[in-house]
Amino acid sequence: MTWLSPDESAAFSLSLAVAARSVLFNLPFAILAAWLLARRRFPGRTLLDALLHLPMVLPPVVVGYVLLLIFGTRGPVGAWLERVGGIHLIFNRNGAALATAVMSFPFMVRAIRISLEHVDHGLEDAARTLGAGPLDRFLSITLPLMLPGVLAGAITAFCVGLGEFGAVITFVSNIPGETRTLPLALYTALQTPGGDAEAARLAVLSFALALSGLLLSEWFARRLRRRLGP
Amino acid sequence: MHGACADGWGLKVLQVRVAKRRGDFSLQAEFELPTPGIVALFGRSGCGKSTLINIIAGLLPADSAYVELDGRVLSDSAARIHVPPEARQIGYVFQESRLFPHLSVAANLRYGQRRTKARAYVDFDAVVELLGLASLLPRRTPQLSGGERQRVAIGRALLSQPRLLLLDEPFAALDAARRAELLPYLETLRDQLAVPMVYVSHQFEEVLRLATQVALIDAGKVIAQGDLGALCLRPELRALIGADAVGAIVDSEVRGTDASSGLLQVSVGSGELRVRTPLPTTRTAIGVGAKIRVHVLARDVIVASEEPRGLSVRNSLRGVVTGIVRDDLDTDLISIDVGGTILLARITTAATQALRLRPGTAVWALIKSASLRGLPAAASADPRA
Repeated sequence: MTWLSPDESAAFSLSLAVAARSVLFNLPFAILAAWLLARRRFPGRTLLDALLHLPMVLPPVVVGYVLLLIFGTRGPVGAWLERVGGIHLIFNRNGAALATAVMSFPFMVRAIRISLEHVDHGLEDAARTLGAGPLDRFLSITLPLMLPGVLAGAITAFCVGLGEFGAVITFVSNIPGETRTLPLALYTALQTPGGDAEAARLAVLSFALALSGLLLSEWFARRLRRRLGP
Repeated sequence: MHGACADGWGLKVLQVRVAKRRGDFSLQAEFELPTPGIVALFGRSGCGKSTLINIIAGLLPADSAYVELDGRVLSDSAARIHVPPEARQIGYVFQESRLFPHLSVAANLRYGQRRTKARAYVDFDAVVELLGLASLLPRRTPQLSGGERQRVAIGRALLSQPRLLLLDEPFAALDAARRAELLPYLETLRDQLAVPMVYVSHQFEEVLRLATQVALIDAGKVIAQGDLGALCLRPELRALIGADAVGAIVDSEVRGTDASSGLLQVSVGSGELRVRTPLPTTRTAIGVGAKIRVHVLARDVIVASEEPRGLSVRNSLRGVVTGIVRDDLDTDLISIDVGGTILLARITTAATQALRLRPGTAVWALIKSASLRGLPAAASADPRA
């Protein structure tokens, strides 16, 4: 992309990589969480629901701070990860992906849950009478029917992930080429004298990415309705 | 196939005992299917029929349940046995068909076939042929009409090679014309594949066409069970089907065809009735010796105390009055034994008195052939006969 400087395109591709990794990491957990919330009745379900939605309402800085406490080098999980696998999350793109994943998780769960609630339970019963066990039923009936919703959720989460700022900058700081994603680069440009043109370019880029993501997500949602309709 | 299971040994095809309370609704039902055939669960909407077959399928828990199919116990709450639905080998045709919307018709049909562990008794091509599905195979299911959907649903259930087929008002969502088109398919299944079926319905016409056994259900209880011929004399049935549908249901055989009129000659008791041939929608051929069912409506039977002459009526059967019950304010239901078969006649109480009818009176029962339409009956209605 010739109209972007090397730093800008580094921020752009880093953002794509971080958001993509957070989506892939989230998918199985989001499907599981959506399934638990939509299909199971268990004590603590409302609490789980609230906990999963917390990142949507908490200040992102608080989420970044909590991540630091947990995954920092002296945090319980962070220390364990370092001892067992030599894995560092602080100040690198893995940490950026984790912070992004946590922030975008509720968006993904919501979309998947809605599509799952639209899947007619009676179809699963029909599959049962035709000899399909629980996992078989989920893979052959439930998952294909909620797939458009899963895709819509993944796209929404990807868009949200591209724009994550507060949790990322708090947890992994603002390191060029490593954790400086699009919004961080945009923020940096605004702080730099004469960075207005760069900021504008990055803003336009963010705008285009977000808009195409939302359109794509809406397209999948419409397909879902058509597919489940009469 | 299934026939072997019922021969002689006292082994029932299906035995069901179920109890379930839900709010102020209570289901307490017991019925059986002694021989392969179709048992109809007949009753008003909301009487618990669907709940009952969902328990048989294993989809719905019951407070207590005992379900035995072909000698295999599927549910026994006393012994803590509950075979999950996917392992019961029970096919289920739902009222709203429940076809998988993301799969083609062909893939829907093969869904159960690919998963069954049972020995196949019917293959894909046979089912497609039997239900006329060939032109539908590549279609997507949301494009199908209501009648097409139910045919696919029946085929899908059949291909899982079930030992029992449950049908929950499969044609309730269809109009009368569509229903008339589809009933013959089920007659064909009954007569050619001999799949035992439990057929839930609140349409007496469907029961009349299909059932070998009937369980009358009212407010969660089986109030009467038996073969349709015996049950038609019970007053409980009258309450369900209305006075106009009350009548004797005679399962018999075709003796021949009257050459001049084209009417079928059907032996009834010691005599013979001439009845009109089954509707052309029926796919089973009617020849000499064919099983046939005739519904002789009580309102169509005239009672004479002397042998009648010079009437247009084609059928007059000699018999003896066996019972008289008050039917309504001003009518009586007269049971007439016409030589081993009971017919019912509805006449005014005034006529009962004028003819001095009482049990033992010799009478003639007169029925217009125009009001008698034969229905093809299950060949397996009584395999031991």
